[in-house]
Amino acid sequence: MVIPEDRQLNIVVAVKLVPDTNADKRIDPQTRRLVRSAAETVLNPFDEYAIEAGLQLKEQLADGSSVTIVTMAPESGKEVVRKALAMGADRAVMLSDPAFAGSDVWATAYVLAAGIRRIGFDLVLTGTQSTDAITGELPGALAEYLGVPGLTYAREIHVAAGRVRVKRETDTGYQTLSAPLPALASITKSAAEPRFASLKGIMAAKKKEIAVLRLADLEIAQAVGGDGAKLEVTELTASPARAAGKTVTAADGNAGARTIVAFLKERNLL
Amino acid sequence: MIAQQRVSLFELTAEQRAIGELARDFARDEIAPHIERWDREHTFPRELYTKLNAVGLMGMLVPEAYGGVQTGYLSYALAIEEVAKVDAGTAVTLSVHSMICGAIAALGSAAQKDAWLAKVGSEDCIAGFALTEPDAGSDAAAIRGRAARDGDGYVLNGRKQWCTNGGYAGVVMAMFRTGGAGSKGISAFLVDPATPGVAVEKVTRKLGIHTSDTVDLAFADARIPAQALLGHEGAGLSAALGALTAGRIGIAAQAVGILAACLDASVKFAKERSAFGRPIGAFEGIAFKIARMATDLEAARLLVYRAAALADAGRAFAVDASKAKLFASTAARVHASEAVQIHGGYGYTTEFPVERYYRDAKITEIYEGTSEIQQLIIARSLLGRLGD
Repeated sequence: MVIPEDRQLNIVVAVKLVPDTNADKRIDPQTRRLVRSAAETVLNPFDEYAIEAGLQLKEQLADGSSVTIVTMAPESGKEVVRKALAMGADRAVMLSDPAFAGSDVWATAYVLAAGIRRIGFDLVLTGTQSTDAITGELPGALAEYLGVPGLTYAREIHVAAGRVRVKRETDTGYQTLSAPLPALASITKSAAEPRFASLKGIMAAKKKEIAVLRLADLEIAQAVGGDGAKLEVTELTASPARAAGKTVTAADGNAGARTIVAFLKERNLL
Repeated sequence: MIAQQRVSLFELTAEQRAIGELARDFARDEIAPHIERWDREHTFPRELYTKLNAVGLMGMLVPEAYGGVQTGYLSYALAIEEVAKVDAGTAVTLSVHSMICGAIAALGSAAQKDAWLAKVGSEDCIAGFALTEPDAGSDAAAIRGRAARDGDGYVLNGRKQWCTNGGYAGVVMAMFRTGGAGSKGISAFLVDPATPGVAVEKVTRKLGIHTSDTVDLAFADARIPAQALLGHEGAGLSAALGALTAGRIGIAAQAVGILAACLDASVKFAKERSAFGRPIGAFEGIAFKIARMATDLEAARLLVYRAAALADAGRAFAVDASKAKLFASTAARVHASEAVQIHGGYGYTTEFPVERYYRDAKITEIYEGTSEIQQLIIARSLLGRLGD
């Protein structure tokens, strides 16, 4: 499929609802799942960068292109999704069904792909990871299920002439990548600071549509949710308590600083 | 009888929560990283208000037709509380600005609304307030600053003291005497501070709220057009007191924010600090202070929400606003002191924020009507003016 240059883009941002990053988290020893009722639910902070990138693209294109938010979450998360609408996204679609509960990364990507196909898309944006599971695997899996190129860890993103171009962060530098649309890109935190939802945005978001799609609305051929999960958490152990730090004793500040610098250099930390 | 709108007290709407969250996120990102320095250096962060304007928080009491968002008083109180939790100084700038927005919306002529509401509501123009004079504080009817009718305008002379936002204002709501002695001789004006003859004479240093701008404005033969008169001649004191009545919701919310910050800091410190082999929160002497702090915070908050909800429903709220301000400001002052006490020696240092909360809390008992004035208002609502 080739996207004509003059066509408006359908930008879809996939987001996750996560427990408040600042709250104490607790894991149920029986289910070995995070207790989600214990903390306030928020938009995954990493995903706000993807929303910002989507909104900036829409503003740059200024051609009536739209930003749609998609998330797989219970309907109780509706008001959290509305924050993305208050930032300026046009509409949201929630994939909500008890059958989705307990999905692992595979099942989540599979369901999201079904939802995004149903919505229709030219460009899918995601964050790089979630603050709860922190696997960082979803963007790749989602691109795979959508059958489109996945341009991960983008710190800059541009769309022109039916192609997406990103500056990709790597451990050693940057790559510039380009791919034809439709495509998926995951956006890093160095892209652009997410905007605040303005008061006008909050008021406007009240009138924006949040559609809900159930299992039956999607083309899903395999078991998803806890039943379909391929990954099983078999055991949970707390990380070992941190050992006592090393104390440097020196004659004066300069000597102490030299010892610390040498210590860090030995470990390639400087 | 007109059916009265039911006031729901115990559940905020999703939109109200979203506005509170916006103010919380804004304060966390745009104020918290700088507040220690701003407080230390007595900085009025002018550029901060450009950002507050951009997200719409300067137009909370401005109708949509004039570029504002008109969220109502409850949302406004929630936003002020969240901002005050990080910086009480910014909160009072916002409160006074909004109070004047509300006064222009309520009392302004069509021409005045056209001229000023869009500016203060969405065009980065801060509103200031000028009532107090060196010899007229709580006794506001005693002001002497004079507005003399002269042809098609007025000529202002006098000195206004402790004008909030006065040094950065694009418009000042100022009260001057146009008639004889007493409350009926006072009129309110919307003055452009760029008017020749208007000058900032003195920037006042204060115990707390260092990020708030407090100046003396001198008026020397300052000529303003007749259209600057807000309402009619002689209605100025009632305009000012009406504005201050609404302003009390803002200040009460500011006190709630300070109190909430005291509670957060105290809970954190009581868990982290150990003495005699236990976290100090394990001692009842500390734990009970925190319990009382949390209880008074909740009580103060509910009083503020109630006054705000009454205002939003178009019902009488003056006495409720006085009760909210009286209770919240007293609680803020008392518990800021307790928060310092919980922190011990650390609390007295500038390394911890509670010394700032302690300095900031006191003013809430003084401005927008002292606690004594609030008690007069509450008592008169029950007793009438006995002996007058």
